Amino acid sequence: MLETFQNLLLGFSVALSPSVLWYGFIGCLVGTLVGVLPGVGPLAGISLLLPATYGLDATRAVVMLAGIYYGAMYGGSTTSILMRIPGEAASVMTCIDGYAMARKGRAGAALAIAAVGSYVAGTVSVIALMFLAPPLASFALRFGPPEYFSLLLLGLLVLAYMNSGSMLKGLAMAALGLLLGMIGIDQMSGYFRFAYGVAELGDGIGVVPVAVGLFGLAEILITAGMKNPPEVIKPKFRDLLPSRQEWRDSNMPIWRGTILGFFIGIIPGSAHVISTFVSYAVERKLSKHPEEFGKGAVAGVAGPESANNAATSGAFVPMLALGVPGVPVAALLLAAMMVHGVTPGPLLIKNDPKLFWGFIASMYVGNVILLILNLPLVGLFVNLLRVPYPILYPTILICSILGVYAVNSSVVDVWIMLATGVLGYVLRKLDFETAPIVLGLVLAPMMEMSLRQSLALSAGNYAIFVTRPISLTLLLVGTILVALALRPVISRGMDWRARLPAES
Amino acid sequence: MLTIDRVAGGALVLAGLIALWESRRFPLGTLHRPGPAYMPVVLALLLILFGVALVVLASRSGRFADVGWHEWRHAVAIFGACAFAAWGLERLGYRLTIAVVLFFLLFVLERRGVVAAIVLTVTMAWGSFYLFDTLLRVPLPRGPFGL
Repeated sequence: MLETFQNLLLGFSVALSPSVLWYGFIGCLVGTLVGVLPGVGPLAGISLLLPATYGLDATRAVVMLAGIYYGAMYGGSTTSILMRIPGEAASVMTCIDGYAMARKGRAGAALAIAAVGSYVAGTVSVIALMFLAPPLASFALRFGPPEYFSLLLLGLLVLAYMNSGSMLKGLAMAALGLLLGMIGIDQMSGYFRFAYGVAELGDGIGVVPVAVGLFGLAEILITAGMKNPPEVIKPKFRDLLPSRQEWRDSNMPIWRGTILGFFIGIIPGSAHVISTFVSYAVERKLSKHPEEFGKGAVAGVAGPESANNAATSGAFVPMLALGVPGVPVAALLLAAMMVHGVTPGPLLIKNDPKLFWGFIASMYVGNVILLILNLPLVGLFVNLLRVPYPILYPTILICSILGVYAVNSSVVDVWIMLATGVLGYVLRKLDFETAPIVLGLVLAPMMEMSLRQSLALSAGNYAIFVTRPISLTLLLVGTILVALALRPVISRGMDWRARLPAES
Repeated sequence: MLTIDRVAGGALVLAGLIALWESRRFPLGTLHRPGPAYMPVVLALLLILFGVALVVLASRSGRFADVGWHEWRHAVAIFGACAFAAWGLERLGYRLTIAVVLFFLLFVLERRGVVAAIVLTVTMAWGSFYLFDTLLRVPLPRGPFGL
């Protein structure tokens, strides 16, 4: 314990040195802007700015890039709440209740709660990262392909069970997302599936164009032509502060989101995305008023926003402790470290304590910077709502096109955004939730790979999924969920979800 | 009665059938040794199953005729503008394409004043190019005459 604090002091001496602090600040600022821009998520932001760090030493470069990462996580909530466009994939769930709150005149409160929740989650999860990294990383190492497959299956079942419409529709959308995820080169056989000669589809359909299409373009297509377009909210300054009731309602979701997000973040995969889905589901399940979810429940903002920031720190555990990147952004950071001659892994703490503990301390400092940056700027962001909608939506469209194009410099991505925009438009007209499509798309390659690897490991024996304790436990939880969903149907009773309105 | 869920279920079945048909191009493998078509086929069958279930259980959903599509003209115009952007980005360059799209949306579709539309168009098309391409070094496509 004492050694940890001594190391942390060393870290703070590095993180608070003027030049490191400056690059941390720049990273947070740029990250927030990157997160605010629809379509330009942390992955695109870090990719675009990676070359700018080549002239820096390893500590400054990593601190700046990490600042972009969690700055983008903060900023991503802004467009979700104000425009129903996820700045990055992890903000998809925030769109639902955040935007509903904005339409009820609580945009400022939603943004403030998102910022405070992100701060609490970020700070607590860094403390957890510091103390729990080694044992937790070794637990995550026990996950082999069968455990991954069961975990991913459970993730989809949880999402379908908890969505505001019927479980059947949720599962159908998840299956559609998984099917879209089959497009591209099959990693085990090398077959080019469903690509029809389009070389850009080799790596599959990107999450960014699909998320921007389903959530951003679809929303614009639905609202832009309305005779009465969305009312332009002009909140007074006092409306920017959450009410006492909103603070109370968001307190526990923030803590639950923090714990959930951190633990899910450790597991490799698109953890920060999954953590928001799970957090939202848990909050709805635990809420005394589940019918308010989808209509502007503050817990639907506080939980997922905290979870995605906690997952950000969680994702650093395997990267720093084992040198294994759990998420694509961590892979980029890993690459950045290696460019600077640093090899992450168990020896990093021993060989380069200044970098390791400087990085940890910079995360504390970064969270404070982000809170200072975001809370006063909440008013500035809310001012976006004052822009007349006929001017605002062309701007959003251009940002979306630019953001989607910039990720891969590919027009194909723009066409994908257009196609999924139309799909999202039609699906929303038909009362379908579109979030499961995004999760299905993210999970599809991992799910297929882990299924086939599991069967390769067991010589084609499906018993491998039930003979390993972690996998069995996860499958049992999934089975219970399905049974719970079927029970009301079988007994011809009313499902509690039937009383909930579809996502609007 | 033609309900929302019946139409949606029918569309899901159709999508599943198309995926199933297209999957025949790849080896299916076996149950114990799945090939590249295995997962798509399983998912397509699931989609068909869910679609059929929706059709069967559709009696409680709303009437399809009651779904309002009144904004479709506006939606088609916006979609057309976006499609033009996708077509023109690498042919006409970022600035020209975005300028055409913005002017169409602001002046033609939203009936803003011509001066306001031109000012907004030029500011946004050239401003966003300067921010991303020049300052942030995100390569954006150029068209004729370096535009």
